[in-house]
Amino acid sequence: MMLAMSPVSRGFHGRHREPAADASRIPPGQYATTDFPVLSAGPTPRTPLEKWSFSLRQAGETLRTWSWEEVQDLPAEDVTADIHCVTRWSKLDTRWRAVSIDTLLAQVDHQARFVLAFCDGGYTTNLPLADVTGGQGWLAYSYDGAPLQPEHGGPARLLVPHLYFWKSAKWVRGLDLLAADEPGFWERYGYNNYGDPWREQRYAGD
Amino acid sequence: MTAHEGTASADAALDSSALDGNAIGGLLLEIFGTEMTTALATCATCGSTGQVAQTVVYLQSPGAIMRCRVCGAVLVVVVRREETNCVDLLGLAALEPAPA
Amino acid sequence: MAGTAIRGRLTWQTATVGVVTDETPSVRTIELQVPDWAGHRAGQHLDVRLTAEDGYTAERSYSIASAPGEPVMITVERLDDGEVSPYLTEELRAGDEIEIRGPIGGYFVWDAADPAPVLLVAGGSGVVPFRSMLRHRERTGASAPVRLLYSARSLPDVIYRTELDKEPDGVEVIYTLTRQQPPDWTGHSGRVNAALLAEVAWPEDQQPASYVCGPTPFVEAVANGLVSLGYPAGQVRTERYGGAGGTS
Repeated sequence: MMLAMSPVSRGFHGRHREPAADASRIPPGQYATTDFPVLSAGPTPRTPLEKWSFSLRQAGETLRTWSWEEVQDLPAEDVTADIHCVTRWSKLDTRWRAVSIDTLLAQVDHQARFVLAFCDGGYTTNLPLADVTGGQGWLAYSYDGAPLQPEHGGPARLLVPHLYFWKSAKWVRGLDLLAADEPGFWERYGYNNYGDPWREQRYAGD
Repeated sequence: MTAHEGTASADAALDSSALDGNAIGGLLLEIFGTEMTTALATCATCGSTGQVAQTVVYLQSPGAIMRCRVCGAVLVVVVRREETNCVDLLGLAALEPAPA
Repeated sequence: MAGTAIRGRLTWQTATVGVVTDETPSVRTIELQVPDWAGHRAGQHLDVRLTAEDGYTAERSYSIASAPGEPVMITVERLDDGEVSPYLTEELRAGDEIEIRGPIGGYFVWDAADPAPVLLVAGGSGVVPFRSMLRHRERTGASAPVRLLYSARSLPDVIYRTELDKEPDGVEVIYTLTRQQPPDWTGHSGRVNAALLAEVAWPEDQQPASYVCGPTPFVEAVANGLVSLGYPAGQVRTERYGGAGGTS
């Protein structure tokens, strides 16, 4: 329980917070919201679909690239997930249409133990391979039954809901397949390298 | 790493969430102990110099991010961790408060 | 050259809410009693921090609406999807305490001693710092000529209208209403564009001081427009507000 260091503002409750039907779905320090806040570290990229591609790279080489049409042709799943942002909001039962990262990785030979997602606008984030595979990670291009909008990361974003949502990189354009871990954008600026919301791993050293 | 960045100002114009250095004046006042919106910031990436008030600032984020208006590179990131500000200034080649 | 900084408290202090005044159906001015207020300059802002019972905090910046020497006042516009502005405009009342930090800013300020003609271009609630500047001009008897170009959605959305319509000597206020005009409206309609700027802006050779304040897309369009008229980019002072899609 966090002690308030500042005087409490009478009658202020903050953002619309829903008492979660099932509090066990809300990680420590989080609150449920029905909004979908837009957070960004820079201008919203607006890549046209005809210029968009997704690539897997390893040791400076591009192993495989998919165009937008090729991604649409891949087997996709309907994914329903709870998402947790490090800024403390959680949104339950978000619905996505997405291609499993397993499907993409199955098409290349790799020796990766870690991945570094790279994105339009320069954003990056790193994850252990074990956390984007085994049905835990997706390339998502549709949210709530509609094409993913640019402010939420469209045309496509990474979706790795078991970790804080900064790991679900918006505007993703590919994964660098790495033998050694390499911190991404927020990881370099003080956020946790792994980011498990259930162990409240928000900041470096948590 | 693929970066698809247009000119920083043109991108910022499309984004109503893009603010300017005035928006972190209070945070910088607390960090540096002096008024900083008139401080001159030199971008380590493109070398351009301008007042902090003229930089592009994003606050709807896990941290406060100040970007160069000319080239879009990250200049400063402030992550607030409980009562502490973690300040990264590595995107700046120089930061000089205006003479008092 | 006037000093750049008022040395006040560097961090948060507790202020008590005084009089609250509804300016329009969605805009309220809040007077604050701040124990250690060292004074401010016209155009500066302050930060507000609210804390909920569970420790959750939210911070926002608001331009100071009053002139140096007057009680501290901020003017807040309620944003429908906002988190802080609905609280400040609907719940907060006299006697409540809120935390503030400030005054802040040495860039978007105007000093009465500056003789240059002034152009102020406001989009919506961007008019707030200009009210501080206009009141400061009046209180000090400064004579620099001022033109305020104020873009609002409709006449009922114009903040401080009674005060602005007084147009003291040397101050011209030009409105443009973007969404709705009264039936007998003879003023400008639609968004600020190059033609309107050309009509209102001081000639560049008079070396005017110009200030633009409002939502980011508005500020970008107007600042670019002024630069196209020949105003040196570095002399167009800008202050961008977060708006729709944000979390105010």
